[in-house]
Amino acid sequence: MSAAAAAEAALARIAARNPALNCFTAVTAERARAEAAAVDRRRAAGAALGPLAGVPFAVKNLYDVAGLVTLAGSKIEAEKPPAAADAFVVRRLCDAGAVLVGALNMDEYAYGFTTENTHYGPVHNPHDPARVAGGSSGGSGAAVGGGLVPLALGSDTNGSIRVPAALCGTFGLKPTYGRLSRGGVRLFAASLDHVGPLAADVATLAAAYDAMQGRDPADPAQADRPVEPALPGLEAGAAGLRIAVAGGYFAGSGAAAAAVARAAEALGASRTVEWPEPERARAAAFVITAAEGADLHLADLRTRPGDFDPMTRDRFLAGAVIPAAWVVRAQRFRRWYRDRVAALFREVDIVLAPATPGPAPAIGDAEGRAVLGIYTQPLSFIGLPVVVAPLRRAGELPLGVQIVAAPWCEAAALRVARALERDGVANAEPAFAG
Amino acid sequence: MTAGPDRIEAYVEAAAPLAGLVLDPACRPGIVANFARIAAFAALVTEFDLPDEAEPAPVFAP
Repeated sequence: MSAAAAAEAALARIAARNPALNCFTAVTAERARAEAAAVDRRRAAGAALGPLAGVPFAVKNLYDVAGLVTLAGSKIEAEKPPAAADAFVVRRLCDAGAVLVGALNMDEYAYGFTTENTHYGPVHNPHDPARVAGGSSGGSGAAVGGGLVPLALGSDTNGSIRVPAALCGTFGLKPTYGRLSRGGVRLFAASLDHVGPLAADVATLAAAYDAMQGRDPADPAQADRPVEPALPGLEAGAAGLRIAVAGGYFAGSGAAAAAVARAAEALGASRTVEWPEPERARAAAFVITAAEGADLHLADLRTRPGDFDPMTRDRFLAGAVIPAAWVVRAQRFRRWYRDRVAALFREVDIVLAPATPGPAPAIGDAEGRAVLGIYTQPLSFIGLPVVVAPLRRAGELPLGVQIVAAPWCEAAALRVARALERDGVANAEPAFAG
Repeated sequence: MTAGPDRIEAYVEAAAPLAGLVLDPACRPGIVANFARIAAFAALVTEFDLPDEAEPAPVFAP
């Protein structure tokens, strides 16, 4: 299929399905057509094309897209001028031949797990429109899980790629903290913010991850790492990797536990490991997030609190009065905890854990909303790379399994996800066929 | 140890002006509830005995 045909098909799917899902906040049809035509011209000229040539993608609306206002899910940012240039990773994907078709809905300023955005409306889960898509990258989850695009970008501070990937039945990757540039991305809590892809298959996920690597001086938190592509070893399978299941806090129950058990069985993982202090790690991440998020928006909280989404406003205001000692102690705990987890990863290469306690809660379900991040937050707290693999049985809602690796070992987690996909255990079949 | 609800509310009331915030009375219960949740999480962290060698881990490269 030509890139132009792929772009037109994606635009047609967006036109048909977005009214029900509410995942797009902008559609960049003109740009998509131009980028697709450029890919087709290169193909016709016999030029080399990357693995993402002609792949339509969309980005959470906290990524800068040249000519679009970077909303970050807010009403306040809508007053700002359009972005002058693309975010670093958006540019990298387009350089690799991917075709941008639009920007996606999210929780205001990324502070939430459900994308029940008051300003722009809630995103609906493509597998059941009465349920949330997860968040804060809910538009990204619904756009991929609903089959509108095969690839989307999200961001993850405490679970905001992994939760929507799991609830919408897509693959998702939160790389190691510092791996990918956040240049041109509206931050939330700088100590914990990551960018990463969601995709309908592991090869596309890995190709996007590979394309986005590279040094960007605009992100002071980016680590000085070489490019370490995952695609070349993607088909190596799980053999040779020491895979364990996280017990205790992460044991989960019901369908979430059953999903992890299915993945573990398929991978021959019989060992269980005790994760050190996960509940405290979640608590420390919660405190740092609230303090850093509030500080970032303090000027607006002082002068125009009424313009914030009621879903986030009170949390931001509460975060603005956190005693400094709590935040410093949380950062010190983070260091201690990192060392304990590093010791665990000397014994194993991969740890499996549920992504969420259960399937997507109903829109408006405050209790379900409050616990969505319990399994993701202790892992992003120290920046571990995690791939979410979607597991879904016929007639059931999707659930995700977190494939957790040691820092900088994204490739190993992606290999395991690919093994589960190849064996038919993981399944990211979109909710709508065609 | 977590402070009681009265103390949480009194703290939020006292600290908000120091942070330059004017709290809408209609929002106060929500803000206090959110702060109580943060305080409960913070208690889990501050009650934990850390060695002095545990230095903070923010990323900053001069």
